[in-house]
Amino acid sequence: MSAQAISENGAKSDFWQGVRLSMPVVVAAAPFGLLFGAIAVDNGFSVFEAFLMSALIFGGASQMVGIELFGQHVAPWLIVLSIFAVNFRHVLYSAGIGRRIAHWSVVQQALGFFILTDPQFAVAEARAQSGQTVGFAWYLGLGLPVYVFWTIESALGALFGKLIPDPHALGIDFLLPIYFLGLVMGFRKRPLWLPVVVASACASIIAYKTVGSPWHVSIGAVAGVLLAVILPPHHSGVETRP
Amino acid sequence: MSTTFWIIIAGAIATYLTRVGGHLVISRFENIHPRVEAGLNAVPAAVLTTLVAPAALGAGPAEWAALVVSALVALRGGLMAMFLAGAAVLIVARQFVG
Repeated sequence: MSAQAISENGAKSDFWQGVRLSMPVVVAAAPFGLLFGAIAVDNGFSVFEAFLMSALIFGGASQMVGIELFGQHVAPWLIVLSIFAVNFRHVLYSAGIGRRIAHWSVVQQALGFFILTDPQFAVAEARAQSGQTVGFAWYLGLGLPVYVFWTIESALGALFGKLIPDPHALGIDFLLPIYFLGLVMGFRKRPLWLPVVVASACASIIAYKTVGSPWHVSIGAVAGVLLAVILPPHHSGVETRP
Repeated sequence: MSTTFWIIIAGAIATYLTRVGGHLVISRFENIHPRVEAGLNAVPAAVLTTLVAPAALGAGPAEWAALVVSALVALRGGLMAMFLAGAAVLIVARQFVG
């Protein structure tokens, strides 16, 4: 077998390993994709527009907020600003994951950042932490199924949205918090994990009650990150590395 | 083109800027200060917590039971096991407490 064939096989198996890891995300996001499509049509979007929003923005929470404001006939610039505010946490993801994918080509990086969602960041970051390389094939395997299912589900939800009988009984409104809790738990071996979680939880709850959504996400996140920055480096374990 | 179309396009550009922006800013610096690195390492726990905490606070017994069980399962099992356990507890508990 030539070296090229071996590396192609390696990339292939990396891709499928990523696909396997994407499955919980696909399952958790499915109800929201359908729900988004249904709500979008309900708020005056066409089926194509619902599909287009999912395909181009690919950020569930921000799409829900955008649709909600659109339905309330809020000024377009304010809708765009709100989408930006909800997605602002990605700035932190971007800064974090950029260190892991610096060896990719510029085009690969540009595409990688396009599919940088919450789970994409968390799972890729966990892989980097375990000492493995975050390869492009693996990253694409992780993100592509989520993207494809998300856009298809949005279109299906827009077409058949009213058919979900009792979303509350099926618990679909609370699946994402459960999933995100699992991602938080996955980082519990990191230095400062508990103080950061406590700081972010408190700050986000206070901000949620006072400033309101969606700012509680950015405020809570900054509180946790600032704590890690302020505490002496020997707590955060970064100075032990060569 | 309709207003809706332009809202989607502008929203997509704004979103992409957040996804690429952090990296573009950080990559300007040759050496990352240990404190900045510590901050970046705290990002996943910090951001993801904010997506759970307020939702948990505003929820009821069924949701709390689901979160506690899934947190316990997460100590031992993988992400999928933890997610399915939490979803199962949530669906069952909601039959009783709505």
